[in-house]
Amino acid sequence: MNDHAHESHDHHHEESFVSKYIFSLDHKMIGKQFLIFGLIMFMVGGGLAMLFRWQLAWPDKPLPIIGVSKAYQEEGEVTTAADRKWEERFDDDKETWLETNMPSGVIDPAFFNSLFTMHATIMVFFVVVPLLVGAFGNFLIPLMIGTRDMAFPVLNMLSFWSNILGTIIMMAGFFVPGGHAAAGWTGYAPLSSIAEYSGVDWGQNLWCISLIVMGISSLMGSINYITTIINMRAPGMTWFRLPLAIWALFIVAILLLLAFPVVASALALILFDRMAGTSFFAAAGGGEPLLWQHLFWFFAHPEVYILILPGMGMASEMLPVFARKPVFGYKSMVFAMIAIAFLSWIVWGHHMFQSGMNPALGASFMTTTMLIAVPSAIKTFNWLGTLHRASIRFTVPMLNVLAFISMFVIGGLSGIYMANSPVDIYIHDTYYIVAHIHYVVFGGSVFAIFGGIFHWFPKMYGRHMNATLGKIHFWISFLAFNGVFFPMHILGVGGHMRRIANPMQYEFLQPMQPINVFITVCAFILGAAQILLLINVFWSIFRGKVAEQNPWEATTLEWHAPTPVPHGNFDAIPHVYHGPYEYSVPDAEADWIPQTQPNGESEHGEGEPVPAGATAD
Amino acid sequence: MKWLNFPAWLPENVSTFGQGVDNLFVLIYWVTSIVFLAVMAVLIVFIVKYRFQEGRKAEYIEGSTTLEIVWTAATTVIVFALAMLSLPQWNRIKFPSQFPGNPGAVVQVNGKQFNWDMTYPGPDGEWGTDDDLQLENQLHVPVNEVVHIRLTADDVIHSFFVPQLRLKQDALPGRFINMWFEATKPGTYEIPCAELCGFGHSGMLGYLTVHTAEDYEAWKNERWTE
Repeated sequence: MNDHAHESHDHHHEESFVSKYIFSLDHKMIGKQFLIFGLIMFMVGGGLAMLFRWQLAWPDKPLPIIGVSKAYQEEGEVTTAADRKWEERFDDDKETWLETNMPSGVIDPAFFNSLFTMHATIMVFFVVVPLLVGAFGNFLIPLMIGTRDMAFPVLNMLSFWSNILGTIIMMAGFFVPGGHAAAGWTGYAPLSSIAEYSGVDWGQNLWCISLIVMGISSLMGSINYITTIINMRAPGMTWFRLPLAIWALFIVAILLLLAFPVVASALALILFDRMAGTSFFAAAGGGEPLLWQHLFWFFAHPEVYILILPGMGMASEMLPVFARKPVFGYKSMVFAMIAIAFLSWIVWGHHMFQSGMNPALGASFMTTTMLIAVPSAIKTFNWLGTLHRASIRFTVPMLNVLAFISMFVIGGLSGIYMANSPVDIYIHDTYYIVAHIHYVVFGGSVFAIFGGIFHWFPKMYGRHMNATLGKIHFWISFLAFNGVFFPMHILGVGGHMRRIANPMQYEFLQPMQPINVFITVCAFILGAAQILLLINVFWSIFRGKVAEQNPWEATTLEWHAPTPVPHGNFDAIPHVYHGPYEYSVPDAEADWIPQTQPNGESEHGEGEPVPAGATAD
Repeated sequence: MKWLNFPAWLPENVSTFGQGVDNLFVLIYWVTSIVFLAVMAVLIVFIVKYRFQEGRKAEYIEGSTTLEIVWTAATTVIVFALAMLSLPQWNRIKFPSQFPGNPGAVVQVNGKQFNWDMTYPGPDGEWGTDDDLQLENQLHVPVNEVVHIRLTADDVIHSFFVPQLRLKQDALPGRFINMWFEATKPGTYEIPCAELCGFGHSGMLGYLTVHTAEDYEAWKNERWTE
């Protein structure tokens, strides 16, 4: 279609620093921008978690280093440098940010609410979505379907920069009077819609505005992905020759496109309630608090699958490479993802079993929710099937994928407890749900991201990440992750409510406090281990071992592109002759047949190439 | 390993319907534990047995329609069975039409930042009259009798939670939600708020006192004005 344009672009002018690294139109650079952005925000979101984990383990104890000493807290006796600093702050007429949010280094309950609200908001909207959909979506889609760029490169650039705009707005919320949003990442009205109830003023407004901007960024991305995947597949890349990661990203793009407008309107209604005096969610004015929950979860349940489907796709991509076997049941993997996408629209009520919604709805939502177990089980069994009679290479990506599968199994199974509405009466709003979501999103998606970064790094930067450091990072993360989140199941079964700042206020929770201490210690280890990931990424970008074109001997098209991948991706648009996972084909010379290898060279080809899509040479 | 034995961590159950909830919890615990152990066993066997070895090639297997049908059907049957087993419990606890009648106490519970207001209708059995008894954070009920509660909230959403009763229900401003329980053991139990309700959410705490029949009468005689 536009090959000539691209080629002349390639050969005829050097790009400036700004057009190459900042306002880049190249899908690969935009993907890398999202990757670095997501990793930085991962540290921010994790840092917030460290703060509230401190409070949960040692309630109302001053933070280390910046907090005051025990002597000062109890007797007012200045003994440390931090004490002196706090003396000065308190003497000063001006109330500083630290004084408001953590007087004497003790986390204030209102600030605690902001901390977990922003931890979840950042991790969901500024880390996992940008990494999975922004970084891997942008980088992989054109390469894996065999085209030169996204359908709308300018839209793609705008998607990244509106994402930055949304981030600036969200981060500004920490520094406005009244503090940042503190109504939870779910922002339940009327706590979120009436400022007096939370004491939060502009923080909540900025939260709403930022999420609308972030949503617009996602919309631009999803329109791009859908158009590109439908129209620009290389000749021969039929739907059932698409790699599963592309299927996952395609389905996710459709979910984003349909789900986001709902939450955007709901966020706008909150803004109207807060700023224009309407009462959409205020019962006193004739509004309905439950309306927010319906609108929010109608968006947020698909959103939860947006967080896991690309992880599933990426795991399905790495698994066959390091098992040297085709994915077991490729088509049922595709249909399972489509089924998950459909079901995601009719299960939102399971978040609202105890909300006061008609209990008859609870019964029907329980049934639809239980059905989600079916496609999830299909996927798990197919991953196991892929390992059967395989020849497994325990590389860093493979370790992360195996962790992804086992952690996803725990997360999936623990979901059955909550899906069951009578059991949910008891464990709703306890740490059980906190454990569940983290097993799915951290144990699932984030381990897939760890694996994905290592796996595609050679194609992204033309260099390898360090495998030893990668393994150290994996094992510490894996063990510490389980140390943090497994005991949360126990807290939940013991009745420990989520979102409380001080468990010691409750007699029935006091005996379980040592578990909270254990969790916090593991959380600090987990947090510290992520520094190894950052070091590995940034060191390897500049100093890593130079990578060859196809270091993993993988079949899909991105490995057919030269390394480093030039602007325009391929020397000539590849023709596709095979499915994506032709590993260990009998009688073939090598144990892998790239998708581009014509049939003459293999007895197990699939006939003549079928041209697909609008791209033609 | 107590850490793996989830049911052991449940607080003591003191309500009539709590046992039904606990039974479902234990059932799901066993179903999910067996599935988890089976999957992990297969995963570990495959990882060890099919690790890379010099000279052995992976086998080219694309899938198996029979297996796909088997595990799709098996999972569907199990989850449907779980759903069907759960429905009667859900209906019993939450459907107002199935609430047992003849309550030994009727109380209005009102969540507000950051307390639970309990209002007894008083001897005349009507709310909004002079003999109403209003208590802050204190709910007194008789043991082995049905208690009807109408739950509401003044400001934001709160959630009425008594872990030992296995009962949780959100309180919504502008709406009365009916719920019931029957406590089986005298004692005092905490009533935390389980839904984030503002900066004082942590520590929003009431107390449920379950009295023996005589104690409850005595309490009523002492506190309810004629």
